[in-house]
Amino acid sequence: MPRAVSLHTSPPQSPCVGSEWTTSRNNHVARNASLYNKPFVEQFEETPLVVAVLTYMGYGILTIFGYLRDFLRDWGFEKCHVARERDAQKDFVPLYQDFENFYTRNLYMRIRDNWNRPICSVPGAKMDLVERVSKDYNWTFEHTGMVVREVINMGSYNYLGFAENTGSCAEAATASNSVYGVGVASTRYEMGNLDIHEEMEQLVARFLGVESAMAFGMGFATNSMNIPALAGKGCLILSDELNHASLVLGARLSGSTIRVFKHNNMVSLEKMLKDAIVHGQPRTHRPWKKILILVEGIYSMEGSIVRLPEVIALKKRYKAYLYLDEAHSIGALGPHGGGVVDYFGLDPKDVDIMMGTFTKSFGAAGGYIGGKRELIDYLRSHSHSAIYATSMSPPVAQQIITSMKIIMGEDGTTLGADRLRQLSENTTYFRRKLREMGFIIYGNNDSPVVPMMLYMPAKIGAFGREMLKRNIGTVVVGFPATPIIESRARFCVSAAHTRDMLDTVSYRSHKPS
Amino acid sequence: MDFKNVKEYLGWLYYQYLLITSIYVLEPWEQSIFNSVLFSILAMVVYTSYMVVPVHVHLALEVFSGICGEQPESTMALMN
Repeated sequence: MPRAVSLHTSPPQSPCVGSEWTTSRNNHVARNASLYNKPFVEQFEETPLVVAVLTYMGYGILTIFGYLRDFLRDWGFEKCHVARERDAQKDFVPLYQDFENFYTRNLYMRIRDNWNRPICSVPGAKMDLVERVSKDYNWTFEHTGMVVREVINMGSYNYLGFAENTGSCAEAATASNSVYGVGVASTRYEMGNLDIHEEMEQLVARFLGVESAMAFGMGFATNSMNIPALAGKGCLILSDELNHASLVLGARLSGSTIRVFKHNNMVSLEKMLKDAIVHGQPRTHRPWKKILILVEGIYSMEGSIVRLPEVIALKKRYKAYLYLDEAHSIGALGPHGGGVVDYFGLDPKDVDIMMGTFTKSFGAAGGYIGGKRELIDYLRSHSHSAIYATSMSPPVAQQIITSMKIIMGEDGTTLGADRLRQLSENTTYFRRKLREMGFIIYGNNDSPVVPMMLYMPAKIGAFGREMLKRNIGTVVVGFPATPIIESRARFCVSAAHTRDMLDTVSYRSHKPS
Repeated sequence: MDFKNVKEYLGWLYYQYLLITSIYVLEPWEQSIFNSVLFSILAMVVYTSYMVVPVHVHLALEVFSGICGEQPESTMALMN
């Protein structure tokens, strides 16, 4: 099925070898071209027909062999490594659903050595991996005792290169450890509100350009625990098709009605908004208490950037609220590192709830929510995460403070501006290089998340292993996270990568795929 | 990609075959089963075509030459 490629102003910036441009369903090109001040080029090439057929055939063959192996395991010809009930319990109601784990048992296990690789150094531009071997085809692993050194790291979310154990960030974090220790031993609500937390929250609010902000210890928990506090029964949540699991979980926990619109498709969103306002709640036709639109800044599996100017125009027209999850885009997009809002040159006050995480660009852990003062004060007392979860560890908070000051340029050096510039140069260079080599790359030309399509199930395993042999660590993604025929390898470009490293990676990825 | 010799090229072709049919992820005995089944099916196809195709081609050529042979005669007959 062709995905809409919309080309707002100028023609593509790089030659595409073997690509097909589908120009159907341009979403409001003429009307909304004035909302964008630079060309918005996103490409989602259609899967070539031959490749799709071969991928299905490959999965078919693996399914047949999966049935054969299950048969052998059931009848005892082969040792079974999967969890089973004891013989005495076989007549009870089954505890383990064997069929649902078919994919895990028969496909995932065979290529499992590409995931959960133990890292034994800081995950910067280069890292060290623990070498492991498996004698029984990935059911168990053993460590050989050797370490694979200096593996180029293309998988960590290290966009600005703050994952380092030297430098001013690490020194400041160590210093705060001497003052506060590591554990806080309480929740924010009770006795865990340190002055370092207050300082960090004020800094975050200043960085984003909002009135007030609040930080939490875990990014996933920020989404899943705060959306229930914001929406409830009688509210409508319009969420993008490809939203992250934390947003989906938070929406489901809230108890509101959830409607899903097609990925980044403003026609679909507008139609849903119109229907919601015209028809109201399903049976009673009363107006909805509030309408909340959930979108992300950069979608990490596709590498696409949200069409924020159009979403804000729609939100203002239909009087809905916008929840923007900038997990991957904060610090990575925009001339000052301010995320998608900065990238499009919009006013942060237009976004009602700005959420983000510190894991990706700041080298720390945790999440934040920013917005108006009344909203944040409400969340401080009504959010589950604030009341029950342990507060953020002081060295982590100090890392956030130091890295944010570097990005804003307040520490007196130009390190922040240098890194931002390096990241956008690396992104453009890497994407162009891979396109020229003929790979199918998804997503926006400015997004540092680069998904390279692999499609076939055997290529997932082969790509991961061959890249590791060539000393490059990549993340490959397969079925549950992506549609079944669209498996991919996901590269995360970082400001810490040098041009040589990117050249090496693109050159060496030619052979395995 | 430049190959030093034929052996390397054949090795690369075999690797591509393993990837495309997804047997790359299977254990060696499963690969042997699949290869032997595929090979026997291909052998049967080749054998059948060897037995059947020449006879059918010969018959088809006879039919077609019969039609083509008659045609000029009938049009000549019509003209005269």
